[in-house]
Amino acid sequence: MTQLIMPKINSKTLEKRDLYISELKKILVKNENVLSDNDEIRPYETDALTAYREMPMVVVLPETVNQVSSILKFCNENKIKVVPRGAGTGLSGGSLPLKDCVLMSMSKFNKIIEVDYVNRCVKAQPCVTNLAITHAVQEKNFYYAPDPSSQMACSIGGNVAENSGGVHSLKYGATTNNILGIQVVLMDGTIINFGGKTMDSEGYDFMGLMTGSEGLLGVITEVTVKILRKPETVKTALIGFSSIDDAGNSVSEIISTGCIPAGMEIMDKALTKATDDHVKAGYPIDAEAMMIVEFDGTESEVDEYMEKVKSICNKNKSSSFKISKSEDDRKRFWAGRKAAFPACGVLAPDYLCMDGSIPRSKLAEVLKEISRLSKKYDLPVANAFHAGDGNLHPLIMFDANNKESLRKTEEFGAEILKYCVKVGGALTGEHGVGIEKRELMCEAFNDVDIQQQLKIKFSLDPNSLLNPGKVYPILRKCAEEGRVHVHHGKTNFPDIPRF
Amino acid sequence: MSITEKPISQISQDFSSLSKFKPKTEQEIAEFVKFCHSKNIPIEIIGAGSKAKIGRNFQSEKILDLSDYSGIIKYEPEELYIKVKAGTPISEISQTLDKFNQQLAFEPNNFGYLFNGSDNSGTIGGVISTNFSGPRRFKVGSARDHVLGIRVINGRGEIVKSGGTVVKNVTGYDLSKIITGSYGTLAIISEISVKVLPKPSSIKTLIIHNAQLKKSLDYLNISLSSPADVSGGVFYPEYFKDQFSLNDLTNKGPITAIRVEGVSSSIDKRLNSLKKELGLLNNEVNYLNDDQSKIFWQNTQELKVFNKTEKNIIRAVVPPSKTLNAINNLKKFFSRYFIDWGGNLIWIEMEKINSEILKEFSRVIENVGGYYTMLKLDDGLKASVDIFKIDHIKYNLSEKLKNSFDPKRILNPGKMYSGI
Repeated sequence: MTQLIMPKINSKTLEKRDLYISELKKILVKNENVLSDNDEIRPYETDALTAYREMPMVVVLPETVNQVSSILKFCNENKIKVVPRGAGTGLSGGSLPLKDCVLMSMSKFNKIIEVDYVNRCVKAQPCVTNLAITHAVQEKNFYYAPDPSSQMACSIGGNVAENSGGVHSLKYGATTNNILGIQVVLMDGTIINFGGKTMDSEGYDFMGLMTGSEGLLGVITEVTVKILRKPETVKTALIGFSSIDDAGNSVSEIISTGCIPAGMEIMDKALTKATDDHVKAGYPIDAEAMMIVEFDGTESEVDEYMEKVKSICNKNKSSSFKISKSEDDRKRFWAGRKAAFPACGVLAPDYLCMDGSIPRSKLAEVLKEISRLSKKYDLPVANAFHAGDGNLHPLIMFDANNKESLRKTEEFGAEILKYCVKVGGALTGEHGVGIEKRELMCEAFNDVDIQQQLKIKFSLDPNSLLNPGKVYPILRKCAEEGRVHVHHGKTNFPDIPRF
Repeated sequence: MSITEKPISQISQDFSSLSKFKPKTEQEIAEFVKFCHSKNIPIEIIGAGSKAKIGRNFQSEKILDLSDYSGIIKYEPEELYIKVKAGTPISEISQTLDKFNQQLAFEPNNFGYLFNGSDNSGTIGGVISTNFSGPRRFKVGSARDHVLGIRVINGRGEIVKSGGTVVKNVTGYDLSKIITGSYGTLAIISEISVKVLPKPSSIKTLIIHNAQLKKSLDYLNISLSSPADVSGGVFYPEYFKDQFSLNDLTNKGPITAIRVEGVSSSIDKRLNSLKKELGLLNNEVNYLNDDQSKIFWQNTQELKVFNKTEKNIIRAVVPPSKTLNAINNLKKFFSRYFIDWGGNLIWIEMEKINSEILKEFSRVIENVGGYYTMLKLDDGLKASVDIFKIDHIKYNLSEKLKNSFDPKRILNPGKMYSGI
């Protein structure tokens, strides 16, 4: 594990640990909902960014919104840090505990509260999984559109906290575009509802602000999502290309003709082979790049779009073109893509999944740069790309037991993300900043930008107790890079630890 | 912990003698705000003035007129975005997008007819500041869903950016959301990158004859839940039937209209199966072709039926299952009304508004879990009623947020809420 600098530990908090545990037990009534033995809290030491681990001071499992409110109020009054956690599938370390924190696991909030077909929405507790929402409404042919690859396990509350996307974001948007209302508890214990079952709401769009705020502004206790009627037909094409350039050009041309596919994915040769070995998806393993294009709608519409795509791909020298003939075909085509991560797990002991976002037209350029960096760092990399919405997921393979290998991997990843920003993209498309990309924020934002964001944070959580150490850079590093204003050694936010 | 205000960098220009400033650059806007910040001078921000009458009346000392801060910075059709300065007219953006057969899919409302009886779709800055979206809203989202990135000048005169030009971006807080619909009370929008989408290759509208309100709402609801992928759904009561001069809009009684867009081969199939699902016979419906559909939906987007109205206009958004209940309870106060967003939105014209009526109005709308905005109000009434509703908890939170952007309360102070 590489050195990660986290907020200063409050020794006074740790000294009062036993007292706090007994107080928390009073709030939660059931003793078993407060975990403090090492064996009990071990499962909470990390999320899906497993390179980083830390044991929390105590884990609480509230069952009601009033309990969440009371815990936050108690922690606020006693200046105790709180780290919220959903299903723990986050890839950027957003729920990494702190030694002196109360880790608030929302796992008991796992019920669907209401299915409302007339208003086309589902109200759910935050730890209901993304896929469970679709399961709850599929009998009537409805579904919830955002579909992160981890949808079987990831929670809807976590989706809101991270503004998760998925492979269908181009047409259907990310989480922020698919929710109607949320209930949030602020650090001072205030319970507040934003939105509801109506479209848009009046006043400041706090729901939009909370979505993607990575657990820094409030704890989500309820989510109302929009559900959509399943399209009549969905067809998927697997297309092989003999070069990444040809695949990239096809993407731009498809978009230019006015077709908006439901999903459009590209994988490079390394990943195509790895995933095909893993799930036998029938991929064109000899192709340098493979594209998956999906259209949904009525049959005639889907067929017409597929014809257009076929002629564009032909023109761009595609080496193979296969359209799904059945739902089984389609599921198989996607199975490989959705298994990209486990497939990489077979190739190397560890992999780090990056999450840059780039303009579609820069795909070939960025992939060339990644391949150059791969040689420079002598680390293999496989690339998956949500081509439709410009979200790139390079998977860098390494061995975490080798400290030097992890250090090199992180440096490699950072260089990729910096390049994404350079070509007009973003550091993170859907995985969040967390701890992983915290220090890179200065690449995307200047001091003033970051200060404005911190001012919002401090207006809701003046003591910076809710999920501290995430998203925003430790100031010294930015200062070293000349991007954060430090005046006579003082910054605007003296409470943020500097080293 | 207290937040120490950073000293504002030197003010290089004196704006004391100007009552109205028309900046040409972002830097000029920043300088102007820095000056006003240092002197505690409240500013009113205006663009094309198409929505200037929406919101509370408030005191300001200077006007910042963004209408000269206009122009398209970058348009990349294949990347599906356009980056523009805040004062750019919507009409200019639409014409530019037209050349590449693209559009702002959320169909920003045009309030020109409502307020002045003439076309004025306003500026992009105004559209984003108010977040009013047209008939396609329920399918594609509202203005806020189409903002990819934003540059703003906060109340300290600092230039702040958020987001970018790519669709997926979760780097830091999504400030574009909080700025959209904030009526210029948090920050002054400088540049906006907006998502654009291809125009559908064809459009057709199903007109259902003579369905009364209850029946019409059923039709709309079934349509929005059907696989027909509809992109518009309205109900116009009978008194509007002669307002549209369209050859094929000849039905008697109320109009229920449902729009379907896409490739032409699929449109007829979708409409046929929808008609079947709604249990409609051939003699109960007719269709508007592409050209007539465009006019019909543009009229809806522009609230043409309320052209030059002298009366008050209220915009109520309710869950579709409660629309009938809300209308039945409030109809006695309406002059005229129509329903948009497939049953989610009620546009209401009211002759008389007083505190009794408003009390009843609030009660009914709150009971059904909706909200409403007093869009157009008699000036005499404006001072005495709440234009936007807010509860105590959200007011406190909004005040804190305002303070984080505009600590001296100089940007459109009081435009949304007294004291914010």
